[in-house]
Amino acid sequence: MIKILKYSIYDLMRSRWTYVYFAFFLLFTFSLLLLSSDLSRVIISMMNVVLILCPLIATMFGVMYFYNSREFTELLLAQPIKRISIFWGQYLGLASSLSISLLLGIGIPFTFYGLFYSAEILDFLILLINGVALTFIFSGLAFFIALKNENRIRGFGLAIIAWLFFAVIYDGIFLLLLMFFREYPLEQFSLFATLLNPIDLSRILLLLKLDISALMGFSGAVFRQFLGTTLGMLVAGFVLMFWIGLPLWGIRSTALRKDF
Amino acid sequence: MITISNLFKSYGRQKILKGIDLDFNKRGCITAILGPNGSGKTTLIKSILGMVLPEKGKILVDGKSIKGQCAYRSQIDYLPQIAQFPGNLHVQELINMIKDLREGQTSEARLIELFDLQPFLNKKLRTLSGGTKQKVNLTLALMYDSPIVILDEPTSGLDPIALTRLKALIREEKERGKFILLTTHIMSFVEEIADEIVFLLDGNIYFRGSKKELKTQFQEEQLEKAIANILLGEKKKNNIKVPFKAINGKHIRRQKPALKI
Amino acid sequence: MKNKMKWIIISWCHFFIFQVSLQAATLQVCSSCNFSTIEEALKAANDGDVIEIQEGTYFENALVVDKSVHIKGINWPIVDAQEKGEVFTIIASNVTLEGLQIQNIGVSYLKDHSAIRIKRQKNCIIRNNKLFNAFFGIYLERANNCQIYQNEITGAAIEESSSGNAIHAWHCKNLSVSENIVKGHRDGIYFEFVDSSHITKNRSKNNLRYGLHFMFSNDDQYDHNVFENNGAGVAVMFSKKIDMRFNTFQYNWGTASYGLLLKEIYDAKIENNHFSFNTIGINIEGSTRLTYHNNQFKRNGWAIKMAGGCLDNEFTKNNFLSNTLDLVVNSNVNNNSFDGNYWSEYSGYDLDKNGLGDVPHHPVKLFSFIIDRTPESIVLLRSFFIDLLNFAEKVSPVFTPAEVLDNQPLMKPITL
Repeated sequence: MIKILKYSIYDLMRSRWTYVYFAFFLLFTFSLLLLSSDLSRVIISMMNVVLILCPLIATMFGVMYFYNSREFTELLLAQPIKRISIFWGQYLGLASSLSISLLLGIGIPFTFYGLFYSAEILDFLILLINGVALTFIFSGLAFFIALKNENRIRGFGLAIIAWLFFAVIYDGIFLLLLMFFREYPLEQFSLFATLLNPIDLSRILLLLKLDISALMGFSGAVFRQFLGTTLGMLVAGFVLMFWIGLPLWGIRSTALRKDF
Repeated sequence: MITISNLFKSYGRQKILKGIDLDFNKRGCITAILGPNGSGKTTLIKSILGMVLPEKGKILVDGKSIKGQCAYRSQIDYLPQIAQFPGNLHVQELINMIKDLREGQTSEARLIELFDLQPFLNKKLRTLSGGTKQKVNLTLALMYDSPIVILDEPTSGLDPIALTRLKALIREEKERGKFILLTTHIMSFVEEIADEIVFLLDGNIYFRGSKKELKTQFQEEQLEKAIANILLGEKKKNNIKVPFKAINGKHIRRQKPALKI
Repeated sequence: MKNKMKWIIISWCHFFIFQVSLQAATLQVCSSCNFSTIEEALKAANDGDVIEIQEGTYFENALVVDKSVHIKGINWPIVDAQEKGEVFTIIASNVTLEGLQIQNIGVSYLKDHSAIRIKRQKNCIIRNNKLFNAFFGIYLERANNCQIYQNEITGAAIEESSSGNAIHAWHCKNLSVSENIVKGHRDGIYFEFVDSSHITKNRSKNNLRYGLHFMFSNDDQYDHNVFENNGAGVAVMFSKKIDMRFNTFQYNWGTASYGLLLKEIYDAKIENNHFSFNTIGINIEGSTRLTYHNNQFKRNGWAIKMAGGCLDNEFTKNNFLSNTLDLVVNSNVNNNSFDGNYWSEYSGYDLDKNGLGDVPHHPVKLFSFIIDRTPESIVLLRSFFIDLLNFAEKVSPVFTPAEVLDNQPLMKPITL
């Protein structure tokens, strides 16, 4: 697996797209830092971009990478290598090279501006961790979708729908439900619904840092206990881990049963 | 070496292999698997390699079941049908990579020379032509010295020089006592090189035997015609049936009747 | 010449001795002194005397100060009421009380027991005392021209109903409350019917209800105070002409938590204050003719929440920096002005380079409207979907008041 991982990173590190992704974050972070002296403003802008873009790029890249290396995967499958380690290797290769692009793209401007010694650094680190987690979750999801669908067009379509669902549609339905049933106690429901979407989950983790003043304005006891203590952080972090694991489990069970 | 018994495989409704029994145990033998498109040649080969997982049946390589195993593949050299590699790698890097992933003695230098790949070694795979890719593909497959060699359409895209050299190479490997299994659509290639023919038709083995036996059985001088005769004969026998039959005004799909030999 | 000098010196000495013997005897209180209790000393003292209380613990309460004395603690003597009730009740003017540590007053639901009470007097000075676990700390009742400064008042309040205020003033005039540290009470400083008074440089934190609370008080000013982590920072209710300057309101978190609560007030000035990390920066209800200048609102949940009935409020040159929501206006009628502020959310441009954005800023977001109706939807804060909704609403306002606009948004923040 390590060898496959090594080669797929090696392969992706030579891909133009990896650099485009890296360059985007680099330019984006630099220009934000240049334009705004207010660090919390920078974090909020970056949060919006990271929460939308990381899943999108990971999904698109994941599907594309899987389909593009499909024949090569077959070549590997004929080698005396365990089937599942090929997929783990490719998945980890993809997810880690995207993460490296993200971390370097944002990290270099940070070091340049000496932000690692600023008070907001914890917020930035949480942002980066969330970006990496989302990259892992959504590239796993993309791999799973691609494994399930031989038809590339269908695979791409499903991947885009999956992204759209988690990034936009889910929140839309969520909001409609909240407004529709607003006569009822919705506290637990709203927390639970947040846990079921990894993008929402990452967002909440960041909100706990950025907008705690507003969150504490809500009167529900469960809410306050969840958000106001480290419990919320721990639960959210744990569920995020679970979210990383979920597509991996799907990949494993599909890959072991699939014909190539 | 390879024993296949009662192998079934279908993709959805489509039945590809319907109880294949095959036994390959002759060393120094070249067997060609023939059959029309969609007859299950590639599926059969991929089943041997564990890439396709059969629904039913057993495959033994060197007496051991291959189910869930991967180590036995070090006994097999495999040439896949379509050659597509990570586009950003150089040819040399790809060769090194496969060498890194799979242990064993290799003889890639000889193959590189044989297929004149020297000038392409430092080119990215994305930039190579189809024929050159096939040469790289062949190099990767044949550089190991495994007792079983499986070649899926080895001739596709090759120029005449490379083709001649490939034939010589295959013969040489046969002389060294290897078992070679190949599929192809080019009958002259089979005529020239194969010792034994397995003819697959509609998921079953229609014929197995030497070239000579095939020709005598179907009373043709040329292999190509013999094969064509088989196919034409089958079409006549297998009258086109109405696929739907109306019952109470509803269309119900009827299963296509199994082909009898 | 020599004689003359001698005479002058003698008469000076005479004058000095005469003065001391007549007006300023010093009474010592300690376990081995003439007076072993404060009560005895107070009985023996005359107007103008100094009572020096030496180091030690005195278990006394119900001490009535009925003479104009100067009570002075040396090395922080402790006066412990053992939860039995009020300690000093001052019923004379010109009393000074300093250097004491007064503690354990005890909760009463019938009487507002306090560590120090001034009743219907004037010109008293309470300074440099430490009050611990007092029910009420300093209670001023119809007291005028008094100065309360550099006291540290620490309560152990757990719930509002069983706790009192650190500094409580009722029907007073010309008070000066400065440099006190008040914490752990119901209200840090409470003013009811207190006029023309000045509150400055105090620190009020961890109080259950308000850091500072005005009721029916007029013409007062408070400045350079810090209000931190109180139930709400400052509440100004039913009052007129209050000046609020250079104060800091921060970390006031909670359901009904405000940096500043304004209710039914008129003609107030709110200038150069900092509001940071509050659930609501300023909550305004029914307040008229208020001006808000040079204030900074940073990372509050809601910078400003304005309910109905607010007229002629004028916001200019304020900085709104990274608040979750800058402004909520729950009223359809609006004649308040929001022109000329800096909004970090503003996304317009300034082509003519005059420092003002060329397109008006619309500070009220649709999401604030949604949260108002469905509080749980706060979990969707900053979600992409919500951003889309906000954007659509910004382009063509339907739910939010379209006339709430900053027509001249500043391109750069005000330096404060």
